[in-house]
Amino acid sequence: MPTPIVLTARGLKKSYHKDRIDVPVLRGVDLEVRQGLVTALVGRSGSGKSTLMHLLATLDRPDEGEVFFRGNRIDNAPRAVRDRYRNHEIGIIFQFYHLLPELSAIENVLAPAMIGQSVWSYFKSRSENHRRAEAMLDRVGLLHRAKHRPSEMSGGEMQRVAIARALMTDPKLLLADEPTGNLDTETGQEILRLLADLKERDNLTILMITHDDEIAASADVCWRMQDGLIHSEMGVEETPAFATHAA
Amino acid sequence: MYRWLLCFRYLKTRYIALASIISVTLGVATLIVVNSVMSGFSTEMHERLHGLASDVMIECHATGGMPDPDAHLREIERICGSALVGSSVSVSVPSMLGIDFRGQQIGRHVNLIGLDPATYDSVSDFGKYLLHPENQKSASFELRESGYAPDRKELAAAGWRHRRDRVSEERRIEQMVAQERKMMAELHRKASGQTEPTEQDEAAANAAKGPSFGPSFSQPLISGSDDRLVAAVDPMTEQFPGIILGISTCSVRHRDEAGQVKDHYYAQPGDDVRMIFPNAAGETKVINQKFTVVDLYESGMSEYDSTFAFVRLDQLQEFRGMIDPETGVRSVTTIQLKLAEGTDLNVIRDALRDRFPPELYAYNIQTWRDLQGPLLSAVRLETTILNILLFLIIAVAGFGILATFFMIVVEKTRDIGTLKALGASGRGVSSIFMTYGLLLGFVGSGAGLIGGLLFVHYINDIAELLEMFTGQEVFDPTVYYFTEIPTIVHPFTLVWVMCGAVGIAVMASVLPAMRAARMHPVQALRFE
Ligand SMILES: Nc1ncnc2c1ncn2[C@@H]1O[C@H](COP(=O)(O)OP(=O)(O)O)[C@@H](O)[C@H]1O
Ligand SMILES: [Mg+2]
Repeated sequence: MPTPIVLTARGLKKSYHKDRIDVPVLRGVDLEVRQGLVTALVGRSGSGKSTLMHLLATLDRPDEGEVFFRGNRIDNAPRAVRDRYRNHEIGIIFQFYHLLPELSAIENVLAPAMIGQSVWSYFKSRSENHRRAEAMLDRVGLLHRAKHRPSEMSGGEMQRVAIARALMTDPKLLLADEPTGNLDTETGQEILRLLADLKERDNLTILMITHDDEIAASADVCWRMQDGLIHSEMGVEETPAFATHAA
Repeated sequence: MYRWLLCFRYLKTRYIALASIISVTLGVATLIVVNSVMSGFSTEMHERLHGLASDVMIECHATGGMPDPDAHLREIERICGSALVGSSVSVSVPSMLGIDFRGQQIGRHVNLIGLDPATYDSVSDFGKYLLHPENQKSASFELRESGYAPDRKELAAAGWRHRRDRVSEERRIEQMVAQERKMMAELHRKASGQTEPTEQDEAAANAAKGPSFGPSFSQPLISGSDDRLVAAVDPMTEQFPGIILGISTCSVRHRDEAGQVKDHYYAQPGDDVRMIFPNAAGETKVINQKFTVVDLYESGMSEYDSTFAFVRLDQLQEFRGMIDPETGVRSVTTIQLKLAEGTDLNVIRDALRDRFPPELYAYNIQTWRDLQGPLLSAVRLETTILNILLFLIIAVAGFGILATFFMIVVEKTRDIGTLKALGASGRGVSSIFMTYGLLLGFVGSGAGLIGGLLFVHYINDIAELLEMFTGQEVFDPTVYYFTEIPTIVHPFTLVWVMCGAVGIAVMASVLPAMRAARMHPVQALRFE
C-alpha cells in the first residue's frame, strides 16, 4: 500500500538567461515524494538537481510548472506563506552545511525557532525551545559540543548540527542536497546512517539529492536526472535496504 | 529575535564597524562640547548684557532731555501696569575724559552717566561690578580710605592714602619748582642789575623749567566753572565730586615678557580727572569739571568698560543746568525700566512706542535685546553654523558606515541566503542590518556623549593641561574677561544630538539593509 504523497512537482521548467541565450536546466520535471520514504534524486553534476531542489523549497520560482505540498500549490503562494513553509514544513540541509558562523551549535539549532516566532512568543516558550534544541543535538550525538562555534567543528559535525537545525521545527519533509558531497566516505556513511535512523525511528520523509549511485541505491525510491529531465524511477521493491513499509 | 542575537554577535565580532563609528563618536563629542561652550558663552553674555542694560530703555536724544520725568513715569506706569517692577532715571551725555598722567594729558571719549545709585541698581547691575567690596554692597560716590580690589596689587594703595601721597608729592615738586624759579629770577636780577622782575624774566624762568610735554593741568585747556572749586578744595582732605570710571577708560591690559597679564592704571581711586561735556541750555556751552575717581567699574564687557563713566545724577544735572530755575523740576535723558520676570518686552516696547511715537518725540525706546541685537545674533549665527558643520562631519561618518555596511552585507551574503532558506523574510533580514545600524549609532553616539560630557566637565582642567604642555594660553584673559570657560549642558541639545547621530547611522544602514533584503536566496546560497 503506497503511503500518501507529501510533495509533488509537475512539469517544472527552469532556464537561466545569460547574454540573451537561454540555458535550459529543467525541461519539464515531474516528481513525487511519498511520506515515510527516502527518495533519492541522482544525476551527474550540473544536471540541475540543486536547481530542482531550490524550486521544491520555494527558494526560486519555476518558469513553468507547479509544486504541491500535501495537495496545496506553493510555488506561487504569497511570500509569507512560502517563508512559513520553509521555516515550518520542511527542513533543508546543504552540501556546505551553511551554519551561521557567529552562532554556537545550539544557537544555530535554535535559529529556525527564532526566525519562526516573534520575540515575545520566543521568550515565552524559551525553555521549551531550548529543551527541543538540546534534544535535537542529542539526537545527532553532539550535545557535548553545544557551545562550540562552527569554526571549531569538523565537517561531519557541522553537517550533523545542520541536520539538528533542520529537525528543530519538526518538519514533514527533509530536503538534503548532497549532504555527503563534501565529506570523506567514512564520515559520509555516518551521516547516511543517521538519516536512515531518523527515517526508521522518527518516520521522517527525506528527499536525498546525490550524484553517487551507491547512495541512491540504498534509498526506497530513486529518480534519475539527466539533461533536465527525470528519466527513470526505481520502484520501492527494488531497493531492499530501506524496504521497511513492505513488511 | 534572531536579528537581535545576530546584531549583538556582529557587534562583538566586527570591529571594523566600530572603527567606522568612531567618527560618529568624535562628531557627537565635539558637538556636545561646542554646544555647551557656546551656550555657556552666550548665557554668560546674555546675563551680562541683560544685567548691564535694563529690560527697556527710553532714551531722549534732545540735549536738554525730557523736561518732566515724573509725568513720563506716571504715563509709563499706566501703560505697563503691574508688569513694571522698577524704574530709574539717569542723564547720559557724551563727554571727554582728561587724565593727567605724569604731566601728559590723556583724552578719552566716554559716555558720562549721571545716576541715582539706589534706583539704578534695581533696574540693572551696577554696584556688583565696582571694585571696592563696600561699594559692591551699596555704591557710594565718596572716596574710601583703602581696600579697593584686594586681589590687585596695582591698586593696593588706591583711596585716600594714594590721594595724600600724590598730593604731598605734587606739593613737594611745586615747592622745588617755585624755589628754582626764585633762584633763577634772583640770578637774573643780579646779573642785569635790575631791581624789578620784568615779563622777560618770567619767560626766562618758564623756559628754565625745561621743555614741556604737552598740556598739563597747570595750564587748563578750557577755563571753566571749576576754577572757583579748585580754590575751595584742599586735595589733602577733600575730594571733588565723585566719579566711577569704566576700568578700560583709564587702564591698559597687556602681557609682560614673562607672559604674565599686567594692568597699568593711568588713574586710580584717589586721582582727579577732568570731564568736558556740553551743557543742556539752548546755546551750547562746554562744561569743564574736575572729578575725583572714587571707584572703577569692571563688567567684563569691554564695550561697556571702555566707554562708561558714572557720576551722581543730581550733580550732573546741576553742572549741565538741567534744573528748571522756576519750578525746580529736574530733567533726565534716560528712563530705564525693570519689568516682571516673563514679561514680553517687545509688547511693552511697542506699547511705549505707540504712546511716544517717534514722529513727535525724539525718543529711542529699546529693549536690551534690541540694544545688543547684532552681538546676540552673531553668536546665534556662529552656533548655528558650527552645528551645521559638525553635523556634516557626522554625515560624512554616515557614508563611512554606509561603505562598511555594504562590505558586511557582501561578506554575509551566504548567511543571508541561509537565513532566507530557514524562512526569514526579506524584512527580517533587512531589520538585522537596520538594528545593527541602530545599535552602532547608539554605541557610537553614547560613547561620544559620555566623552563629550566628561570633556565639558573637565574643560578647565584640560585647558590648564594644554597650557602647561604648549605654553600657549588657551583662554586669553587679555581678550576674554572670563577667568574660566563657561559651559552649560542643555539636556535638549544632548537628546537632539543623539537622535541626529543615531538617525544618520540608521539612515546609512538603510541602503545596505535593502540590498540584503532583496538578495536572491539561491544566488546568496551559491555565493562563494
Ligand atoms: N545562476 C546561474 N546562471 C546560469 N547558469 C546557472 C546558474 N545556476 C546554475 N546554473 C547552471 O545550471 C546547471 C545546473 O546546476 P545545478 O542545479 O547546481 O546542478 P547540480 O546541483 O545538479 O550539480 C549547471 O549547468 C549550472 O551551470
Ligand atoms: Mg548541486
